[in-house]
Amino acid sequence: MIQTIAAIATPAAAGGISVIRISGEDAFLVADRVFRARNGKLLLGRNGYTATYGDIYFHNEKIDEAIATVFNAPHSYTGENVVELSCHGGLYLTQEVLRAVLENGARMAEPGEFTKRAFLNGKINLSQAESVMELISAQGKEALRAANAQLSGALSKQISSVKEELLKLAAHLSAWVDYPEEEIPEVDEDEILSSTGNALMKLEHLLSQFDTGKLIREGIDTVIVGKPNVGKSTLMNLLSRCERSIVTDIAGTTRDIVEETVRLGDLILRVSDTAGIRETTDTVEQIGISLAKQRMEQAALVLAVFDGSTKWSSEDEMILSAGEQTSVAVINKSDLPIITDAERIAQVFEHVVVLSANDPSSLNVLEREIRLALNLSGVDPFAPMLLNERQRICTQRAASSLKQVICEVKNGMTFDAVTVLIEDAIDALMEITGEKVTDAVVDSVFSNFCVGK
Amino acid sequence: MIYEMGEYDIAVIGAGHAGVEAALASARLGMRTILFTLSLDTIANMPCNPSIGGTAKGHLVREIDALGGEMAKAADATFLQSRMLNRGKGPAVHSLRVQSDRRAYHAYMKSVLEHQENLWLKQDEVVSVTCDAEGRINGVVTRLFAHYTVKAAIICTGTYQRGMIHVGEVSYSSGPDAVAPSVGLTDMLKTLGITIRRFKTGTPCRLNRRSIDFSKLTVQEGDTPVVPFSFETEGPLYNKVVCYMGYTNEKTHEIIRENLHRSPIYSGRIEAIGPRYCPSFEDKVVRFSDKPRHQLFLEPMGEDTEEMYMQGMSSSLPEDVQLAFIRTIEGFEHAEIMRNAYAIEYDCCDPLELMPTLEFKAVPGLYGAGQFNGTSGYEEAAAQGLIAGINAARSILGKEPVILDRASSYIGTLIDDLTVKGCSDPYRMMTSRSEYRLILRQDNADKRLTPLGYDIGLISEERYARFEAKMKQIEQEIARLEKQTLPPSKALNDMLVSRGTSPISTGTHIADLLRRPQLSYENVIQFDASAPLLPYAVREEVAIEIKYAGYIQKQLAQVEQMRRLEAKRLPVNLDYEKINGLSLEAREKLQKIRPINIGQASRISGVSPADVSVLLIWLQQKEGKV
Repeated sequence: MIQTIAAIATPAAAGGISVIRISGEDAFLVADRVFRARNGKLLLGRNGYTATYGDIYFHNEKIDEAIATVFNAPHSYTGENVVELSCHGGLYLTQEVLRAVLENGARMAEPGEFTKRAFLNGKINLSQAESVMELISAQGKEALRAANAQLSGALSKQISSVKEELLKLAAHLSAWVDYPEEEIPEVDEDEILSSTGNALMKLEHLLSQFDTGKLIREGIDTVIVGKPNVGKSTLMNLLSRCERSIVTDIAGTTRDIVEETVRLGDLILRVSDTAGIRETTDTVEQIGISLAKQRMEQAALVLAVFDGSTKWSSEDEMILSAGEQTSVAVINKSDLPIITDAERIAQVFEHVVVLSANDPSSLNVLEREIRLALNLSGVDPFAPMLLNERQRICTQRAASSLKQVICEVKNGMTFDAVTVLIEDAIDALMEITGEKVTDAVVDSVFSNFCVGK
Repeated sequence: MIYEMGEYDIAVIGAGHAGVEAALASARLGMRTILFTLSLDTIANMPCNPSIGGTAKGHLVREIDALGGEMAKAADATFLQSRMLNRGKGPAVHSLRVQSDRRAYHAYMKSVLEHQENLWLKQDEVVSVTCDAEGRINGVVTRLFAHYTVKAAIICTGTYQRGMIHVGEVSYSSGPDAVAPSVGLTDMLKTLGITIRRFKTGTPCRLNRRSIDFSKLTVQEGDTPVVPFSFETEGPLYNKVVCYMGYTNEKTHEIIRENLHRSPIYSGRIEAIGPRYCPSFEDKVVRFSDKPRHQLFLEPMGEDTEEMYMQGMSSSLPEDVQLAFIRTIEGFEHAEIMRNAYAIEYDCCDPLELMPTLEFKAVPGLYGAGQFNGTSGYEEAAAQGLIAGINAARSILGKEPVILDRASSYIGTLIDDLTVKGCSDPYRMMTSRSEYRLILRQDNADKRLTPLGYDIGLISEERYARFEAKMKQIEQEIARLEKQTLPPSKALNDMLVSRGTSPISTGTHIADLLRRPQLSYENVIQFDASAPLLPYAVREEVAIEIKYAGYIQKQLAQVEQMRRLEAKRLPVNLDYEKINGLSLEAREKLQKIRPINIGQASRISGVSPADVSVLLIWLQQKEGKV
């Protein structure tokens, strides 16, 4: 039997309302054990899409008031019986309601299990499921927009256009091979090279955008470095104050690195504040510093902070190595006269901002510079973009087959072998769209060429 | 009124290309086999083009031969001209095609049948079948009310079943080549729950050679030397005739356009579905109206006849229009038609109702093969006949069925396509139908299938010993070339440079040289004093195996992947209504087609990757893994 599952459906953060979703054949039975309607009626047997006011009981003790919304299978998100309990927000209280549900016959849902059931019950298809997962996990507005654009098909349009180009070529090759006595125009090297070259260019563009897309979706791994007391913590606090979204406890984090996910305008930064970097003989501090340096090397973005109000020092000099990475130099304390070596900083860093970490308006300046540094300013969130690893791998496979085509054609390989590579590429692309390659080629032959017995 | 005419194991209904192979396979496997034909004079007839083979079809003929069928031997014995098509486009698509002497081919096959042990040839029309209490076939009834007791029957009725010929405004009931149609069987099949569909095909006219001006046509010669079809035929073989090529022109097309209203298809009198790949000439003119000319071929029908077949000009327009448009073509100004072109409609089944053994799911013991299954072409028919004959015999003998998968052969691809995807127009084999072209070559058909043919019992000990010797020679020569090096020499480097590839400066393995696309086995081997003398077929195989090793490996990896899905078997009685999550369309198709494994299911149109994942998860759940 398929078990009834439950989970908190709203983000695990303090909010006005939290929703606990229960899905499965016994959803009503389970809900009726914890929820008592004020009108005394059971949820079992209710019409779908009705809401009932009542109380949540746990171990015979009333713990919250709630609204129960009932969905009858198959008219629910998962296609199963579903009850959604909307209770008062608050992390502790929500957890208690969930515990009540779990102790009364439901099992904790695995990540993505509601969507998996929706898919298995035919409520959504595979690509919709993928998009939904992206929508759910899209943390920034930019990412949300990208996910929405993919739902409406920007990616599938782009993939289709590449696929069509290759199909046309494959169909020509097939017709030329299968109908040697018809007047099918010769396929020549140039035709193959130009078609595959074209297709390859588009695929490589998609692939190159994948990393950018990942930055938008998953947040930018950012490290703040600087000598002690340049205002790193002030900057961190400023960033944190602006709409903090999720605070994470990353495993293995030492007290020397504090990591927070913060929203900066439309961008998500996963920021680590590090120990101040300086020469020291203190062993404990040395460990912190070496950790900071290591973190810096892994980061996608380094914010190198300098104190504008103090003179250039050998410790500042140590920070300059950050300029070799994607980085923005932040000259802090712009409210004071600038006496540091700004010229030296500008020599090393391509992107420099002067700001005061105490002034919230500094954030706009910082966001603009980060976009420039990461080359994000030109990113069109509506452009086709690969959403996930599966799509990237398929695209990568297609691209590498096409590279091989170009290489083999130049080597003088016979076209029967080359055709196999082209069909490999089409096959990989069709894995994204879910079609079959040989049928497509055969259909294309018949619609484009005048052939007969 | 019904009288008993004896007991047999298997009845084959129809003696065209499918029926002949089915009956021979069945009889050779020890089954008492009775082969019915409407006319003994049209056994293995070629009512359309007088040729065997062609792209992908040539592969089928080779595969039939590798399994122990007859078609390749008959083609070798009666060919008039032979050509290997697609030379220069790569070994995977080399395809053998011969012009055949139509009457000689018929006579050859008739004689083989007449001399076959366990085989009885009978001129009569089967109009009904009988079943036992469990619905299993137990007899056939002929028009003369004769009842033959059998354990299985194979329907190979081709285009004869309720055949209807159309020429312009005239339609009449007939089989091809003026043989009467068969009429009775269809109604009986319907009562057994078999879906009957109506397909259509056509043929061009035959002209008298003496009325054609050959000076205005281009001669097309055959190959020298001739490569035989059968792995058993020992040469040398010689071409006996040439073919000719010509072109239509704007005037020809104008006449077509002016007379379209007189075509039974364009006026809507024929509703049956014709082959997409084999359009009538009027179809070509309409669909590709910007083409100023179309190519045509003129092929002799036999050595002792003046009839010439006009390839590319199939038509169902009235005879006067046919004559008018033909006479606009250069060289054909005074052409005389001996047999007019026509379209023919006929009954066929829906192959989705067949199992991969070609037995009907609904009627145990009843098999279908050939055009009756919705294909077109002699070669496609023969391939199915062979498989149906083998499986009908094995079923009676209590042996496992023979099911060829897509990676084994074009035959397997053909039957998989038919029984899993079905066909909405007469199905023709093409190289592009196979995803494993580089391993399914015509040159290695014996390597792929002869061991199976031997296991089945259609390959003699003697032939198998020769096959094994050949495989050993290939293996040894490949191993030798991988080890043997050639030192740089002026002569060798001159040859390399002249063929557009770089000279060598140190000793180089011969195999490495052979991997260069510019070099053939013969190019390289002349510099190798230790090279053994090997037959052409061995040399060809060695060169391809070495040159395409990378690609062959790649395809073998794909085959592995495919076979993993094929190994996930679906229960035959699975109720797809009970599996949640399948799309409506997928559920309907799966319920009807009942694929035997996940691989097949994934190839059914309307079954999406999402549906396949539902099935996979269902299987896992069933095995208790979720």
